[in-house]
Amino acid sequence: MSKYDREQILRTSGVNVLKCMRCGKCSATCPSYDEMEYHPHQFVYMVEKGEIEPLLQSKSLYKCLSCFACVERCPRGVEPAKLVEAVRLQVIRQQGMNHLKPDDIPALLDDDLPQQAIVTALRKYSK
Amino acid sequence: MQRIGVFVCWCGSNIAATVDVAAVSEALGHEPGVVFSTNYQYMCSEAGQNIIKNAIRDYQLTGIVVCSCSPRMHEATFRKTAASAGLNSYMVEIANIREQCSWIHKDKAQATEKAIILGRAAIAKVHLNAPLTAGESPVTKRALVIGGGIAGIQTALDIADAGFEVDIVEKQPTIGGKMTQIDKTFPTLDCAACILTPKMVDCAQNDKINIFAYSEVKEVKGFVGNFHVKINKKARYVDATKCTGCGECTEKCPMKKIPNEFNLGLDNRHAIYIPFAQAVPKVATIDPNACNMLKNGKCGLCAKVCSAGAIDYKQKDEIVEREYGAIVVATGYNPIKLDDYDEYAYSLSKDVVSSLEFERITNAAGPTGGTLLRPSDGKHPHTLVFVQCVGSRCSAEGKGKSYCSKICCMYTAKHAMLCREKYPDTEVYVFYIDVRSPGKNYDEFYRRAVEEYGVHYIKGQVGKVVPRSDGKLLVQGSDLLANEQVHIEADMVVLAAAIEPDKSARPLATMLTASMDTNDFFTEAHAKLRPVESPTAGIFLSGACQGPKDIPDTVAQAGAAASKVIGLLAKDKLTCNPCTAHSDEMMCNGCSSCEKVCPYGAISYVDKEFRMPNRTTAIRRVAVVNEAVCQGCGACTVACPSGAMDLKGFSNSQIMAEVDAICKM
Repeated sequence: MSKYDREQILRTSGVNVLKCMRCGKCSATCPSYDEMEYHPHQFVYMVEKGEIEPLLQSKSLYKCLSCFACVERCPRGVEPAKLVEAVRLQVIRQQGMNHLKPDDIPALLDDDLPQQAIVTALRKYSK
Repeated sequence: MQRIGVFVCWCGSNIAATVDVAAVSEALGHEPGVVFSTNYQYMCSEAGQNIIKNAIRDYQLTGIVVCSCSPRMHEATFRKTAASAGLNSYMVEIANIREQCSWIHKDKAQATEKAIILGRAAIAKVHLNAPLTAGESPVTKRALVIGGGIAGIQTALDIADAGFEVDIVEKQPTIGGKMTQIDKTFPTLDCAACILTPKMVDCAQNDKINIFAYSEVKEVKGFVGNFHVKINKKARYVDATKCTGCGECTEKCPMKKIPNEFNLGLDNRHAIYIPFAQAVPKVATIDPNACNMLKNGKCGLCAKVCSAGAIDYKQKDEIVEREYGAIVVATGYNPIKLDDYDEYAYSLSKDVVSSLEFERITNAAGPTGGTLLRPSDGKHPHTLVFVQCVGSRCSAEGKGKSYCSKICCMYTAKHAMLCREKYPDTEVYVFYIDVRSPGKNYDEFYRRAVEEYGVHYIKGQVGKVVPRSDGKLLVQGSDLLANEQVHIEADMVVLAAAIEPDKSARPLATMLTASMDTNDFFTEAHAKLRPVESPTAGIFLSGACQGPKDIPDTVAQAGAAASKVIGLLAKDKLTCNPCTAHSDEMMCNGCSSCEKVCPYGAISYVDKEFRMPNRTTAIRRVAVVNEAVCQGCGACTVACPSGAMDLKGFSNSQIMAEVDAICKM
């Protein structure tokens, strides 16, 4: 199962995890670092090792703001945020068709929600 | 009809694992003209060469084809083998079935088929080969060293030591290069100036060495042993033969707000200046972009105060033409520009500095007199953060250089260590990805920084540096081993910038027809076995122009380059390449196309009388090649519209025969 998940995540994200040189700049730049159980550099390493199950279960998936700072700063072009997105997609696909309708979103908003998360949500669900 | 021998090499398993060598020698044995065909494990070994020699004698071979590695590797070897068996060296052809076949193919059947085709092409060429005899050319016993840093200085001293004349061309007003700006040198911590300046003085005093400072190479013509070089001596507006370097003018000059390049703009200099006290030659230079007298004819103060009468506002650039036997490139490196690295706030805060700027700040001859002070407010910093690999090891597009700059780990350890030694009240953090310290006493040095001096090494990168309004720099980075994001309130941040070849290197490479890699480092003739020679004969490489290098490596390479130059200059004659161009005067229409493209100036024109129909004669202008100068590059044969130019050993008919053999399936 996890091997299948790994291939699936690599394919949907288009990320080559082997390019990572373990500098940690992704985690150094991440604004949600303290909120996350698994940090951006760990995402990369865990996908490389095939440890997908803990990532699928982790709340970290929803703490990522998709701000792409890690993608912008990575000196090797690894693009960790795309991996996080791919793992999120994996979870959503397994859930089936339970999309949020765009009209339902305003009622769910609260003051603490970062704007970027709203943009991400729209991008993700408004198909 | 030639009697051709074919020798297929296994190269151990390099070729034999991918190419069925027995099938190749069998197939090529049936080609027309082939009277002997065999294969052997190592054709270049003594036993292999004996197979060739014996076959030449036993089968009266008139030409041989060796199917092996690249001709760059062993063509010379097999030419010698043939010559020792009485066969003209130029009756040998190499079919490259290693680099161009076995190493790049996986499928054995396909690779074998291709090897046979390559062998067939070489056989077709040998059929048209003719014996060639190499001539000789003289050697000018003088070397040119381009770049007067530690690499150029060491190379020049070593060449001069062997008794040959050397010219150093340096574009700055003084020789010495980057090493003059460095404070201490790892791993022994001796002062850079203390070990460099005596060598600079040695250069100035050595009567075999001639220094062209504030000069640049403008044009290079000729070939190994016989280079003609034009050097532009830029106008200093100071007569170097009269100037005593007293410094009176530099003190009196009213234009005193010019950013000082030597201190990387951290302080100012005057419009007339001597870069630093130990400059060689110690001669003042007027900056024409800053001098009031040169710009609008008002001032002239320096001329008034100069007791030697050395100031000459009318001085012009001067072109010097010199002859050389060998040229050494020692153009060195520069740290990359850091303005694009927004995350480190280099252009936002004066307290974020590059490592070379940090050298100047801690140097006794620098802008702060060697006291560590923050550039923004001149206060003593208490917390310093060093960031390594800034712009190095960045394979992502537009992020920097893909290579490791090699010297940063060690100089950062040096900076951190010296900081803690001189100012025990400081806290020093180094963010690293890997600490690379493979050199004699290097790892011990780095460990001393940690164990004896208490430098905090943190495995991880810095994500961002935010300058705060209270003057502090907020550094956010990864501590990968603790799996934490760390936040440090720093007073100064030092960035270990990647290094890149000097910008003058690429136009110089074009002038020298020397090859470069994608990063503009000069390429060596062989990465392992010919590391200080360019593939272009007579051009040698010294120092960081070939790749990132620290001072010990640079000095070692400089000596190696010098020994190669000495080996060349010690010869009275050089064997020429007999594969030169020649013109068929019956076909030549005198159009000058070949003369224009010849990079060596080997082609001239003569008016010659020709017999015409009906017993008349006509005078026609035809091309003549000077074979002693021609290097056989083949540019003229391509340019010639009438097909009159041809290259011995690589004639148009030979090349077409090869193409035909490849296409004939």
